[in-house]
Amino acid sequence: MQVIVNVFLKNGVLDPQGKALEKALHSLNFSGVKEVRMAKQLKITLDENDTQKAKELVAKMCEELLVNSVIEDYEILL
Amino acid sequence: MKVAIIRFLGTNCEFDTQYAFEKIGAKVQLIWHEEREFEADLVVLPGGFSYGDYLRCAAIAKLAPAMQGVLKHAKKGGFILGICNGFQILLEAGLLKGAMKHNENLSFISKNQTLRVISNDNAFLKKLNKNELITLPIAHGEGNYYADEATLKYLEDKDLITLKYENNPNGSCDNIAGICDETRKIFGLMPHPERACEKLLGNDVGLKMFEGFLS
Repeated sequence: MQVIVNVFLKNGVLDPQGKALEKALHSLNFSGVKEVRMAKQLKITLDENDTQKAKELVAKMCEELLVNSVIEDYEILL
Repeated sequence: MKVAIIRFLGTNCEFDTQYAFEKIGAKVQLIWHEEREFEADLVVLPGGFSYGDYLRCAAIAKLAPAMQGVLKHAKKGGFILGICNGFQILLEAGLLKGAMKHNENLSFISKNQTLRVISNDNAFLKKLNKNELITLPIAHGEGNYYADEATLKYLEDKDLITLKYENNPNGSCDNIAGICDETRKIFGLMPHPERACEKLLGNDVGLKMFEGFLS
């Protein structure tokens, strides 16, 4: 089973990379861009077919290594 | 004084750090990241790019076997100093509060910075004066220190902010360049005092900082 994890800087935590992209898009005249947030995406292939179990396992991975909960949030997509 | 300097894969400031501590008469031991057991008065996590800074700076280093020894040393109330990548490791390991982000301008910055001594009520800075201005080099891409408002207030109320930038180079919250923990035994800073230990090279203020651990 493949699991996708998106890791974002938390709302309210300034995202320097997102900010730089936002400015670059404005300079290309995409004036409707209000905000850009940059994410890290991880594709994890698991030897597991049970969706719930996979989700719990990946959540544990996020807590222990993949995410720094001081500044980051994550979403798990199955 | 016995100093243990931990070498992770990708550490690159261990020899400069060893040179500086030997210069002030400390007995230095380099500890490979796979070693769990070591004895020292001060453990130093030196600068570099541990494990290539993959995922996040210092994210993987916190899982190294040697970190078990570092945690044990912390529990015993031993001194720990994290310089640059070492500071990032202390944050990732939860030994200091906060986290590091990419520099606000996204550039890797390598240059001298003027710093203000905020608190000298600790071993690391006791040989310097409060509010004294010193110069140390910085060299980092992810030195943008972040802590939420409650944590910043905590650091300020307990006098745990050790150094601040005079001209914030990286976007750090509250201009913070270095902090310590509540026991005043664990220190982290982004600038490199081990690169400021020779008058011949223009600056030896780093020695004064390291000498604080001697007594």
